[in-house]
Amino acid sequence: MKLHYCLSGHPTLPCNVLKFKSTTIMLDCGLDMTSTLNFLPLPLVQSPRLSKLPGWVLKDGSTFLDKELKECSGHVFVDSVPEFCLPETELLDLSTVDVILISNYHCMMALPYITEYTGFTGTVYATEPTVQIGRLLMEELVNSIERVPKAQSASMWKNKEVQRLLPVPLKDAVEVSMWRKCYTMPEVNAALSKIQLVGYSQKIELFGAVQVTPLSSGYALGSSNWIIQSHYEKVSYVSGSSLLTTHPQPMDQASLKNSDVLILTGLTQIPTANPDGMVGEFCSNLAMTVRNGGNVLVPCYPSGVIYDLLECLYQYIDSAGLSNVPFYFISPVANSSLEFSQIFAEWLCHNKQTKVYLPEPPFPHAELIQTNKLKHYPSIHGDFSNDFKQPCVVFTGHPSLRFGDVVHFMELWGKSSLNTVIFTEPDFSYLDALAPYQPLAMKCVYCPIDTRLNFIQVSKLLKEVQPLHVVCPEQYTQPPPTQSHRTDLMIDCQPPPMSYRRAEVLTLPYKRRYEKIEIMPEVTVPVMRNTFSPEERYSVIC
Amino acid sequence: MPEIKVTPLGAGQDVGRSCILVSIAGKNVMLDCGMHMGYNDDRRFPDFSYITQNGRLTDFLDCVIISHFHLDHCGALPYFSEMVGYDGPIYMTHPTKAICPILLEDYRKITVDKKGETNFFTSQMIKDCMKKVVAVHLHQTVQVDEELEIKAYYAGHVLGAAMFQIKVGCESVVYTGDYNMTPDRHLGAAWIDKCRPDLLITESTYATTIRDSKRCRERDFLKKVHETVERGGKVLIPVFALGRAQELCILLETFWERMNLKAPIYFSTGLTEKANHYYKLFITWTNQKIRKTFVQRNMFEFKHIKAFDRAFADNPGPMVVFATPGMLHAGQSLQIFRKWAGNEKNMVIMPGYCVQGTVGHKILSGQRKLEMEGRQILEVKMQVEYMSFSAHADAKGIMQLIRQAEPRNVLLVHGEAKKMEFLKQKIEQEFHVNCYMPANGETTTIFTNPSIPVDISLGLLKRETAIGLLPDVKKPKLMHGTLMMKDNSFRLVSPEQALKELGLAEHQLRFTCRVHIQDPRKEHETVLRVYNHLKGVLKDYSVQHLPDGSITVESILIQATAHSEDQGTKVLLVSWTYQDEELGSYLTSLLKKGLPQSTA
Repeated sequence: MKLHYCLSGHPTLPCNVLKFKSTTIMLDCGLDMTSTLNFLPLPLVQSPRLSKLPGWVLKDGSTFLDKELKECSGHVFVDSVPEFCLPETELLDLSTVDVILISNYHCMMALPYITEYTGFTGTVYATEPTVQIGRLLMEELVNSIERVPKAQSASMWKNKEVQRLLPVPLKDAVEVSMWRKCYTMPEVNAALSKIQLVGYSQKIELFGAVQVTPLSSGYALGSSNWIIQSHYEKVSYVSGSSLLTTHPQPMDQASLKNSDVLILTGLTQIPTANPDGMVGEFCSNLAMTVRNGGNVLVPCYPSGVIYDLLECLYQYIDSAGLSNVPFYFISPVANSSLEFSQIFAEWLCHNKQTKVYLPEPPFPHAELIQTNKLKHYPSIHGDFSNDFKQPCVVFTGHPSLRFGDVVHFMELWGKSSLNTVIFTEPDFSYLDALAPYQPLAMKCVYCPIDTRLNFIQVSKLLKEVQPLHVVCPEQYTQPPPTQSHRTDLMIDCQPPPMSYRRAEVLTLPYKRRYEKIEIMPEVTVPVMRNTFSPEERYSVIC
Repeated sequence: MPEIKVTPLGAGQDVGRSCILVSIAGKNVMLDCGMHMGYNDDRRFPDFSYITQNGRLTDFLDCVIISHFHLDHCGALPYFSEMVGYDGPIYMTHPTKAICPILLEDYRKITVDKKGETNFFTSQMIKDCMKKVVAVHLHQTVQVDEELEIKAYYAGHVLGAAMFQIKVGCESVVYTGDYNMTPDRHLGAAWIDKCRPDLLITESTYATTIRDSKRCRERDFLKKVHETVERGGKVLIPVFALGRAQELCILLETFWERMNLKAPIYFSTGLTEKANHYYKLFITWTNQKIRKTFVQRNMFEFKHIKAFDRAFADNPGPMVVFATPGMLHAGQSLQIFRKWAGNEKNMVIMPGYCVQGTVGHKILSGQRKLEMEGRQILEVKMQVEYMSFSAHADAKGIMQLIRQAEPRNVLLVHGEAKKMEFLKQKIEQEFHVNCYMPANGETTTIFTNPSIPVDISLGLLKRETAIGLLPDVKKPKLMHGTLMMKDNSFRLVSPEQALKELGLAEHQLRFTCRVHIQDPRKEHETVLRVYNHLKGVLKDYSVQHLPDGSITVESILIQATAHSEDQGTKVLLVSWTYQDEELGSYLTSLLKKGLPQSTA
């Protein structure tokens, strides 16, 4: 019997546990960071605007929460260090988890919470790019929170009785008691030291009972889907896959065939947007703003889509007459990210691999750096302040606009309508992200680029690989709440998918009838000699 | 009996021209396709006509595997695939795939352009050949076809070098290629898991050598270079463009930096910069330390080492020159050698192994008068030093790898016969496995005894493990079932299922045994005594006394009758089916011992 525990309610930041043949396998370890949107931004330099925000007063006039909660343009924010919503830790004893399989670097951000706080003693499996870039993402996260120490830590609002009185969305926030502060670098290092590196199509035996294999998923550098199988059962875990040709190695679809169960997570978060169109819009908006003398701010992660954006700009800037506009990439891991992207030739698409054979760097941002068109800095402090020229384009994090260098640029450029902020990362609602900066004169452009599978691609994929059963988050079995008429924006397959939600346990169907054993060749001799019937030979063995 | 056959076409009791044919479970695999640096005639390439006289190679070979980019492992590849003709898959790692064509092109240029040979492979052929290459990741299981799979392991030695496991069903062979068991300044150590192959084919270049620590060798090397430069001499270091060269460059670069030396260091051929670039892009294949620090400081960006120009060789004053190729058999290194050989102030340091027949080999074996082309005699007055920097495993390393992989048989290639002999004895002594060392063209056959995979019906498995006491993992357990073979695959099912599937009627087979017991009492009293006795002994079984006067133990029936002639003897009839043979025979032997005297 196979059991499936769902520990995360976020379909693109999954955390599931599979019990299969006496092994307990955790699939991904996603950290839901949308909780940070309820907090005030962490400014790098003292912000008079933020510190002057009025405290929140209840309808009945009581002010006991005005230290913890601040009001900005009709929205209420928690004035405290941002906290994250962890995967469920009570549903099952996480110390019994034998292995954790990571599918891509975005889906491992909760790893330190799991490996360091639950008594976990197993092994984590991930590809080398996943680990290296995952480390960079964690480093950036820890750095951007730790560099702005906050004296105050709000907890009163989390009280169930108090939370009831709060306005939405705080009122409806789930599991607030489970929200945790960010981990520290020693915890990150300890967690990462438990990872064993694996390559695509490597067969990994777990206790001789189960074999797991990562497959290329085409979404990011080193991103993988996983096959979990015994001799007669096959579970495919599809998480964050892409069929678009960007920089990573293409998705391996053929190996997903003949699955008894296919667990499907990490589909595109913006099913109505076409990534190619968005990139075009991104470029034209960027060019327009700069031509008008404004600055462009691109809140982004330090790895992933930024490589593709830089590549597009590389082809675009000369024709658009932007050759003299400086591009800045600011992140404590900017340099590492740019360097690392160039050394994973084996994990790249064919075109990029061919370049390495020449030998040339696979990504053109090497040339942008060489020609001084792209400059990278660890933070706004230091060298950057000397080199800084406007108008310019700045890529920096964090996309939630709650911490990192991006907060500074929002405060700096928000007041002028010449400037533009372009949202490309799909993980956060841009309106929620902007809320604590309102009122804002700056232009806002929403060009979410999510290359993960859309529903048309999913139905094609399912027709192709023909799994017996599909298991997916409940969000994928109904149209999006804001577009309830779009019945095309859900998974359509036969038999209908089994859906799960946070803190739910499913029993996966499918029973096997045979098991594989090995016998000594001597035992088979009487059968081979039996001439009873050449098609069907048998012998009774004791 | 299943067997694995191995025939070296090259590298059998020899170094150079590595090419080994392996037949395993009906699959034919060619391991490496190298050239021999000691020959300029037909002998430089393996004799592919051995594989098949008139058929196509593609029909005969399932795949070709190249372990690394050194020419003695891949130099014959374009000849093999384009001129002899092979269209099947060729497997190698990414760095090998990237660098291999460059070295082949270099080799072609020297042979065709410099030596004027015709009937050699062309640039186009190299390109066409490389199109047949499939790049593999480390540890990736590549399914060549339904049955044949291969897997690459890290081998150290040079950038991208790999060992390969070739597996069909339960049978497997590991081919090491060239490997290095100690990490050096730029590469890590070879590693393999305990994969227990039926056969390990290992190189044995340094079969008899146990090398001192790397640090000592490095210090020695630096001292010699330093001394020569100090007295105004020139140092020539013949190397191959990729591999040792980078290690020695890192070494000299740091030394020059630390000692603040001014003498120029040059690196010949345009390959250098390109070569270093490969190292930068494939940095994941280098050692831990370089990988960790590459963002801050890329070890392959050299400050002190400059590109060499042919004219520099006549410059006065000291200098250090790295020049290709490494065995002084042709090209720039040989040219410089001829220029400098006459001066005793100069020095040539051979950092690697030299194949027989090359100038490198001649001077290392002490020859000081060399006959060059055109009967010209070159007198060697410069100092000749040998420093073993080539990254091959030494005897200790080879033993270590055998310990790691635990093979059932070992086969030595890529070494000299005399040295192999010694290592072979050592391996057989220490590991008690057979060790082979076939010469070129000689076939070694190894018998394997693979277990046979069988599908067992889950119902049977659960039933059989549930019988009796709790399963004890440490004790063997007897299992009953019917083995069926259909379409070449085996299934183990319960007898009932087998009967049903085959449409056969079940025959009952019963054993009946008479046991005589001396007991003057009445029959039913004897029965009662037997019942009480059995109940006392067989506590875990269900023993029942039936109303009709018989006893059952599980399904075994016991009845008592008086002896027709002797009323004092009772006859116990014990009857059981074939399936209960174990319990039935145990019961009879128990009853034969008689009943205990007092049964209260």
